[in-house]
Amino acid sequence: MKVDQIAVFLENKSGRLAAITKALSDNNINIRALSVADTADFGILRLIVDDTDKATRVLKEEGFTVGKTDVVAVEVADKPGGLGRVLAVLHEAGINVEYMYAFVEKSSENAVLIFRFDDPDMAITILQNAGIKILTGEEVRSI
Amino acid sequence: MIWNEEFETLPREELEILQLKRLKDLVQRSYYRVKPYRDKMDEAGIKPEHIRSLADLQKLPFTTKDFLRDNYPFGLFTLPLDQVVRVHASSGTTGKPTVVGYTKRDIETWAEVMARALACGGVHRGDVVHNAYGYGLFTGGLGAHYGAEKLGATVVPISGGQTKRQIMIMQDFGSNVLLATPSYALNIAETMEDMGVDSSKLSLRVGIFGAEPWSENMREEVEKKLGLKAIDIYGLSEIIGPGVSMECIEAQHGMHIFEDHFMPEIIDPDSGQVLPLGEKGELVFTTLTKQAFPLIRYRTKDITRLIAEPCICGRTFMRMEKITGRTDDMLIIRGVNVFPTQVEHVLMGIEGVEPHYQIIVNREGSMDTMEVQVEVSEQLFSDEVKNLEKLSKRIQVEIKDLIGSSCKITLVEPKTIQRSEGKAKRVIDNRKI
Repeated sequence: MKVDQIAVFLENKSGRLAAITKALSDNNINIRALSVADTADFGILRLIVDDTDKATRVLKEEGFTVGKTDVVAVEVADKPGGLGRVLAVLHEAGINVEYMYAFVEKSSENAVLIFRFDDPDMAITILQNAGIKILTGEEVRSI
Repeated sequence: MIWNEEFETLPREELEILQLKRLKDLVQRSYYRVKPYRDKMDEAGIKPEHIRSLADLQKLPFTTKDFLRDNYPFGLFTLPLDQVVRVHASSGTTGKPTVVGYTKRDIETWAEVMARALACGGVHRGDVVHNAYGYGLFTGGLGAHYGAEKLGATVVPISGGQTKRQIMIMQDFGSNVLLATPSYALNIAETMEDMGVDSSKLSLRVGIFGAEPWSENMREEVEKKLGLKAIDIYGLSEIIGPGVSMECIEAQHGMHIFEDHFMPEIIDPDSGQVLPLGEKGELVFTTLTKQAFPLIRYRTKDITRLIAEPCICGRTFMRMEKITGRTDDMLIIRGVNVFPTQVEHVLMGIEGVEPHYQIIVNREGSMDTMEVQVEVSEQLFSDEVKNLEKLSKRIQVEIKDLIGSSCKITLVEPKTIQRSEGKAKRVIDNRKI
């Protein structure tokens, strides 16, 4: 039920993000979701793409530091309270969110939340027990 | 004023007789009491009785910082610890510092040469000496302190830091003499400007600045800003600490080496050959009188030349020019010796750190700053900001713990630090000294 995410180290200088997107587009890799964490000194780009292995290879060849992480994708209704309910469940179970980002599905009324947990398996169990829908990697990639 | 007229104006022939007598004694002591020295001399086929003239000094093997490290901490002391009343330490090339020891008489010798140095700079009994050199394992603070006391001056042992308070104390105490690193002196001057304290409100007459390289431009600047005469002092802990040589206030040109205690040579750093007098090369010292931790032909790695012409001040000791460079990549940052190998030592101790790093040194205002760039390998990388921040904090703390100087850590992408063919360019020094 976990989804592959790739993370790329970004030095704080202009043109680095552009270099990544160019490498991906040159190799016909499509980005499904992304977020950038930035600090005063560096950034971390997190991506979910349609072909994780190929993207990893391409970016490494370009000289980037690339890491692969398991994240959890949750589907909620795209309406007020959708995210709030999920967070309430996690809070009650004492699960800490390392970071998260979200995007809206273009072909439905739903939104997808991407979560990074310390223990994704535990989080998945708790979310499923609460009746929350978890998407597979396949499902996320085909959105 | 000349503190010790008898020795400081000794005719050269008499000085050389004294030096030879002391050199013979030094070689004897080192050979028979210290195994590493004996092994080294045996290997070179030299016995103490082979030293018959001052020129025979050239037959003796050099001593290097690596040799000191190999015998860390007390392996080169010629006397048991019950004769050693003090130790000091300076940066080694890796994790271990270079340790030096002093007998009671060594401490007296040090006070003597430091008193001479201060007198050379025009300091005298009755002066209030504001000693902003760091006190502690660093030789600067205590070395200057004992010399100033011997001279009969009134010492304010303020050490470094708390600059505003230092300025208040100099004002209130009417300090005449400032002892500091040149960069700290400039820092004081800038803080005075910020506080709106004009140099005319202070009574400073002389500044004795050393422990790091500084230029004639910096001399002009600090003289103007603090309203004093700026004098250069040279020393290194291995030889004794501050007080190895000192500029005289009369000429302000070249530092008189106290040759009755420290014998200089200038060598070609590559061949090790002694160069003709007046040529520029690596400075080598032999300590003629030190008891606990004498050194024979110690390679300082400082580049300079000797000046043999008589000086207007009347001292017969030769002078050395301001240090113009180093034969190694040692950096001096805010008075602290930093070797790139120390930074490397820290980085290599952290799992996953690539051996690619670069040290960038800048001067912001009067303060030197050091930045260490580290490449983020896959093993170090994390998708979480907190992990990367923890990593850079850890590197920063470990470097600070080892070298005692703080630095900024910048994580950079792999392969962005320039790879060189042959010797890696580890240091970019942007300071205009």
